[in-house]
Amino acid sequence: MRAASKSWLPIYAIAVFMVAMCPAPAEAHLVSSGMGPIYDGLTHFLMSPEDLVPVLALALLAGLRGSAYGRRALFVLPAAWLMGGLAGLAAATVNANAVQTAITFLLLGGLVVMDARLSVRATTALAALLGLYHGYLNGAGMGQAGAASVALLGLVFAVFVLVALAAALVVQLQAAWARIAVRVVGSWIVASGLLMLGWSLRGKL
Amino acid sequence: MLLWAQVAFAHPQAGEAKGFVTGFEHPISGLDHVLAMVAVGLWGAQLGSPAIWLLPVAFPMVMAVGGMLGLMGVPLPGTECGIAASAILLGAAVLFEVRPPLAAAAALVGFFAIFHGHAHGTELPPGESGLLYSMGFVIATGCLHGVGISIGVVHRWMWGQRMLRAAGAFVAVGGVFFMWKAFA
Repeated sequence: MRAASKSWLPIYAIAVFMVAMCPAPAEAHLVSSGMGPIYDGLTHFLMSPEDLVPVLALALLAGLRGSAYGRRALFVLPAAWLMGGLAGLAAATVNANAVQTAITFLLLGGLVVMDARLSVRATTALAALLGLYHGYLNGAGMGQAGAASVALLGLVFAVFVLVALAAALVVQLQAAWARIAVRVVGSWIVASGLLMLGWSLRGKL
Repeated sequence: MLLWAQVAFAHPQAGEAKGFVTGFEHPISGLDHVLAMVAVGLWGAQLGSPAIWLLPVAFPMVMAVGGMLGLMGVPLPGTECGIAASAILLGAAVLFEVRPPLAAAAALVGFFAIFHGHAHGTELPPGESGLLYSMGFVIATGCLHGVGISIGVVHRWMWGQRMLRAAGAFVAVGGVFFMWKAFA
């Protein structure tokens, strides 16, 4: 099992960095919630499925593996997100395009579907990569807004809360059907990713 | 589910909310699709484990492949006939409680899933938000399976088994009707 789990990590890492190398033109939009930058960032995350769903997928994956995994993801993902975001704030403006979103959906959703038995280390690495990558995109997208670093803080807080809730919910699931329901959600994430891929390839073939 | 719709509605960009709701409505607005999806759940319930969970896990992904082909503009001949045929065959499978090997059941359902997905992909209204439409569409389809599986719980009783077979007959008759419509 360990050998199988290790072989996934390089594939993921290569895929993420391949797509990360080709930044798309920015479509930055930091919506004002009217409650200050902390809430702007928090709202932005909750309203952006391209960020929210991968975090949910990672939380489900960690939750399926157990509480040690969940705890690791809980702290590593927001920390990496914050670091990536701060780097993104200083960088040129980029934003994720649909293909990048789709690939993240396919990878993380696919791992949930397979109930992949990753090691804690591999899960940590996944969380770190996901956090750095999406944080970077968020930071770069927010760069134009005022008080963006404070908004980033609100956003990271929302990531933390979502991982805590979702992973904790899955960790305590014992019934076989309940764990399968989690995998069904994973298959929905993969399906959304596939459709996104078709969407972005539309008219280009 | 309710929460999702709310989140989408609350978003200042009205187009995105529209995307999710349109995506969600699309699978549940066509009766041919609804019948076939519920039949998948009913059949899964009759077959029991592991089919009951394999079908709803595999179906959305295979369907999305069909949707992807539709979005990319890859033509698929006889989509409407394929969907009607899926209702007829799945309904018949439920009616006669057919118990093929798991791989055969999965292959049959997967084959038709491509037609269903393709129809959704090509019937897509222009200018909708891609991601939210896709998610709404997938979640609605999953809920239809859930409906079928929940109804299938009655399979543990004798009267329930008869009722399920009657439901299968209903789906098959519906499929015949849609097949006739596809040709007429």
